[in-house]
Amino acid sequence: MSELFYDAAPNATRVAPERAKPRTYPARPEEVTLFGTCVVDLFFPEAGLDAIRLLEREGIRVHFPQEQACCGQPAWTSGYVNEAREVARAQLNLLDNGLPVVVPSGSCAGMFRQHYREVFADEPDTLKRVDDLAERTYELTEFLLHVCKVDWQDLGQPTRIALHTSCSARREMNTHLHARELLGKLANVTRLDHDHESECCGFGGTFSVRMPEVSGAMVLDKTRSLRESGAVEMVTADGGCLLNINGSLEKQHQAFRGRHLASFLWERVSGEAMS
Amino acid sequence: MSARSNILNKLRAGLAGTSPRPDDFDESLVTRPWQYAPEDRITRLRSLMEAVHTEVHQLTRAEWPARVQLLLEQRGLSNLLYAPGTEHGRQLAEHWRHSAAKPDLLVYDRPVEDWKEELFWNVDASITGTVGGIAATGSLVLWPDRHEPRLMSLLPPLHIALLRASEVEDNLYGMMQKQNWSAGLPTNLLLVSGPSKTADIEQVLAYGAHGPKELVVLILEDA
Amino acid sequence: MSQRIPVTELTDSFRGRAVGALADNQLRTNFRVAMDSLMKKRADAFPDEEEREGLRELGNHIKARALSRLPDLLEQLEAKLTANGVHVHWAETTEDANRIVHSIIEAQKGTQVVKGKSMVSEEMEMNDFLAERNIECLESDMGEYIVQLDGEKPSHIIMPAIHKNRFQVAKLFHDKLGVDETEDVNELIQIGRRTLRQKFLEADVGVSGVNFAIAETGTLLLVENEGNGRMSTTAPPVHIAVTGIEKVVENLRDVVPLLSLLTRSALGQPITTYVNMISGPRKADELDGPEEVHLVLLDNGRSGAFADAQLRQTLNCIRCGACMNHCPVYTRVGGHTYGEVYPGPIGKIITPHMVGLHKVPDHPSASSLCGACGEVCPVKIPIPEMLQRLRQENVKSPAEHPKVKDGGAKYSRKERALWRFWVTLNTSPGFYRLFLWAATRFRKLAPKNVGPWTENHTAPVPARRSLHDLAKAHLNQGDR
Repeated sequence: MSELFYDAAPNATRVAPERAKPRTYPARPEEVTLFGTCVVDLFFPEAGLDAIRLLEREGIRVHFPQEQACCGQPAWTSGYVNEAREVARAQLNLLDNGLPVVVPSGSCAGMFRQHYREVFADEPDTLKRVDDLAERTYELTEFLLHVCKVDWQDLGQPTRIALHTSCSARREMNTHLHARELLGKLANVTRLDHDHESECCGFGGTFSVRMPEVSGAMVLDKTRSLRESGAVEMVTADGGCLLNINGSLEKQHQAFRGRHLASFLWERVSGEAMS
Repeated sequence: MSARSNILNKLRAGLAGTSPRPDDFDESLVTRPWQYAPEDRITRLRSLMEAVHTEVHQLTRAEWPARVQLLLEQRGLSNLLYAPGTEHGRQLAEHWRHSAAKPDLLVYDRPVEDWKEELFWNVDASITGTVGGIAATGSLVLWPDRHEPRLMSLLPPLHIALLRASEVEDNLYGMMQKQNWSAGLPTNLLLVSGPSKTADIEQVLAYGAHGPKELVVLILEDA
Repeated sequence: MSQRIPVTELTDSFRGRAVGALADNQLRTNFRVAMDSLMKKRADAFPDEEEREGLRELGNHIKARALSRLPDLLEQLEAKLTANGVHVHWAETTEDANRIVHSIIEAQKGTQVVKGKSMVSEEMEMNDFLAERNIECLESDMGEYIVQLDGEKPSHIIMPAIHKNRFQVAKLFHDKLGVDETEDVNELIQIGRRTLRQKFLEADVGVSGVNFAIAETGTLLLVENEGNGRMSTTAPPVHIAVTGIEKVVENLRDVVPLLSLLTRSALGQPITTYVNMISGPRKADELDGPEEVHLVLLDNGRSGAFADAQLRQTLNCIRCGACMNHCPVYTRVGGHTYGEVYPGPIGKIITPHMVGLHKVPDHPSASSLCGACGEVCPVKIPIPEMLQRLRQENVKSPAEHPKVKDGGAKYSRKERALWRFWVTLNTSPGFYRLFLWAATRFRKLAPKNVGPWTENHTAPVPARRSLHDLAKAHLNQGDR
C-alpha cells in the first residue's frame, strides 16, 4: 500500500497514526541507564535509588549519568518549543549510547517515546536518533515485567493498596496494566480499585498552577476516592502525581499517603522497610 | 470577490501541491460485525425496537387490518390517517368496510397548508408503509411520497408502520447497496427507530417529545 | 511561572467563571451525574474494542479524505443540491450568514422562525440577530428551548440544558409559561410539546443544522431523537439549513460509519430515533415539505484552521460531545465556564480559529493534557496535540509570527525569561548539580508559600539528598 504515503507535502491532510502494535521486548540486558527524572531527583530520590536496587537485583548493572537533568516536558507542554528542544537535545546526546533507558516515571518515558518526535519534527537527522532512543526507552514497571520477567517472593505483611497511574503513563505507556500485573505477583498485596480510577489527578504540570481552582477540585476528588477505596496507602509510578496527591493530602491534614511504586516494590521483595 | 470564491480560494491555497487522500473505505468494517442469519434478523430488529418503547407485532398479510382496528379501539382513538392510493391502503379500507370499524379513516389528499390546523392537532393515528427495515440498528426505512407525505409519520401521536419481513436487511450499508440509494434519493428519506423521545431533562427518557408518542410496527410474514 | 492573580479580577475569564462554577454544588452534581452516565452509555455501546478502533480509524480516514478535497467536494455539493432544487449560499463571517438568513426570511415576509438544534446558528447568534429585526426565532429542541426560555446559552453541544435539574426546569416553566409547577419529567416534556407544536404550525421558516452534507447525492443528513428536526425541516414553507464548510463528505456510504460513530459516541445509541435525509424541496406532486430549501455554508475561521495541516484535523469533528463527556475539567466546571459556543476540549481547539486567541487566551491552558478526549474522539482528532500546538501559538512573540488568529495572546517576556533560565539550568550539568546541592542543603529554607500551588497543597520540600547524590554514592561511580 504505497498509497499510505501518498503525499509528502507538509500541508497534506493528515490521518491518525496507525495503531501501535504490541511492543516486543528484548532479552534482559547486562546494563541499563537509569533516567531519574527531575521530580524524583529532588523530591523522591529514595524511589530512584529503589529503582536502581530493583534492577540490580535482576543482575543488571545500572548507570546513572550525572549530567542528566529534566526531559524537557514542562516547557513542551507549556508551548515553549525551542526551550524544550534545547533541554531535550542535551538529554538525547547524553543517552545516545545504545543502552536501554529505564525511567521510573511514565510521563517522562512517554516524552522520550512519543513527544521527542514532535519536538524534533523539523530535524530529519535528529529524528533517527530520537527513534532509536524511543526504541530503547522503558518505563520501570514495564521493564521489570516484560524485560526482566521478574519472579518475586513477597516478603511483606498482608496489605491493601490503591494504584494511581498518571494519564500519560496510562495512555502513552500502558503503565497501569504493567503495574497491575507486577502488583499481582505479590502474594500479600491486595490492590483495590477506586472510584473514577482512570481520571486525572489534576496535576498536569503547569496546569496545577495556571488553573489552581480546577486542579484543586480534581485532586480533592482524587484523594477522596483513594481514601475511600479501603486501601491503607496509594502507590504510583509517577512523581508528578505523587507530589500533587501527597501535597493535597497533607494540606487536608489527612493521614493517608501515597508513595512511589519503586519504593513499595523494593520493600516487598527485599524485606527492608526502606523509605 | 464573492464569499464563495474567497472561501474556495483559501481552501485551495491550503491544499496547494497536495493530492487527494485515497479512498480506502473498507466496507467490511460496517458490514461484518452486523450480519445475521435470516431467522435472526427479525429477532434483532424486534428486540432493539422494543428496547426503545416500540410495540412490535408479527402477523400475516391477511391479519393485519384487523389488528390495526384492535389497536385503535383499545386506545379509544377516533380516527386514522391512511393512504387509499397504496395497496395496503386499499386492503385497510376493504377491512374497514367489512367490519364496520368505528374510527374514521382520514386521507392526506390535499397540500398541508389546506388543513394544517386539523392535521397538527386532530389526527389521532396514522398508518404508513415502509420500504424496509434494518436489523443492526432496529430501524425502519421510510420513503415518503405523494400518497404518504412526510408529516404523516410525524404528527399523529400514534404511528403504525407496516414492514414486510422479507425486506429486513442486516445493516444500513447493505440496505443502501440493495436499494441503490446513491442513484437517486427521494426528497426526504427517513430512518425511524422508535417513537419520538428526549432525555434533555436530567437524562430522564420521556417519549413523545415532538413526534409520535407511540410507534407500532406490524411485521408482515410472507406466508 | 504564573502570577497569583486575585480571582475577583478574573470574573470575565475562564478561571474566574470556573471559580463560580466550582462553588455551585448543584451544578457540579448535575454535571458529574450526567457525564458519568454518558461515559457509561458510550462504553456499553462499544463492547468490542477491535470493532470500535477499526471504525474510528475509518471515520478518521473518511474525514481526512473529504478534507483533502474539500473545495472540490463543496463545489460538487453545491452543484448537486442546486440540481435538486436547493439554493446554496456562502458566508465568510457569521454576520454575512445572518444577513443571508435574514434576507430569505424577509423575502417571505416571515415573522416567526422555528429552529431545530443547530450549533452553527448558536455560533452566529442568529436568535439575537433576528430578534433585533423583529423576527421571533424559537428553539424547538427541548433542551435548547429550556435554555432559551431562561435567557441562557447551551452548556453542552448535545445536551444543552444538562446543567439544570427537573426542579429548576419546573420552576422555569411555571414562571415563564404560567403552568402549574410539576416535577414530573414526562409532564414537563408534554408542556413543551404542546407549546412548540403550535409554533411549528405557525412558523414561516424552519432553521436547522446539518450533521453530514453528502456531495455525491446532494443530501443534507440530520440526526435527532425528538422529531423537532423533522418538524423544522418539514412543516414550515421554507427551510434554511446552516452548516460549517467542514461538514461535507464525499459519498453516501461514507455516512454509514460516521453515523454509527456519532450516535454511539454521543449518547450510546446504536442510532438516533430519526435520521432525516433531505435531498430537495417539495416536488410538484408532493403534498408537504418546504417549498424552498436553502443551505448556508459558513466559514467563520474554518479556512484559517484548514490552512495549517496540523490544525486542519480540528475540522474532522462530527460534534458528538464525547470529548466533553470524558473531560475531567468540563465535568467540574460545566459548559458555561468556557464562555463561548463550543465548550469542552473540542471548544478549546476550534474556538480560537473563530474568535481569536485574544478572546480565549486561557482556553489552551485549561487542560491537564490528560488525553481522555483524544482517547474517545470518534474521528481521532489528536486533541491534546492540538492544545499543545495552541499553547505554542499562544506564547509566541509578534516577531515569531503566530499562525493562529490573534496568536501570542499569552506572550510574556518575563515568562520567556524564566524558561530561558530553566534551559540554562537543565543544559549545564554543573549548574544543575549545584542547584540540587543548594536545594537539598537549604531545604528548610524552601518557601512555605509558593503561589497558587499552596492553595491546594503544602509546599514541597526537597529531599535531604538528591538522586544524583544517592546514586553516585550507591553506584560508587566515576562512570557514566
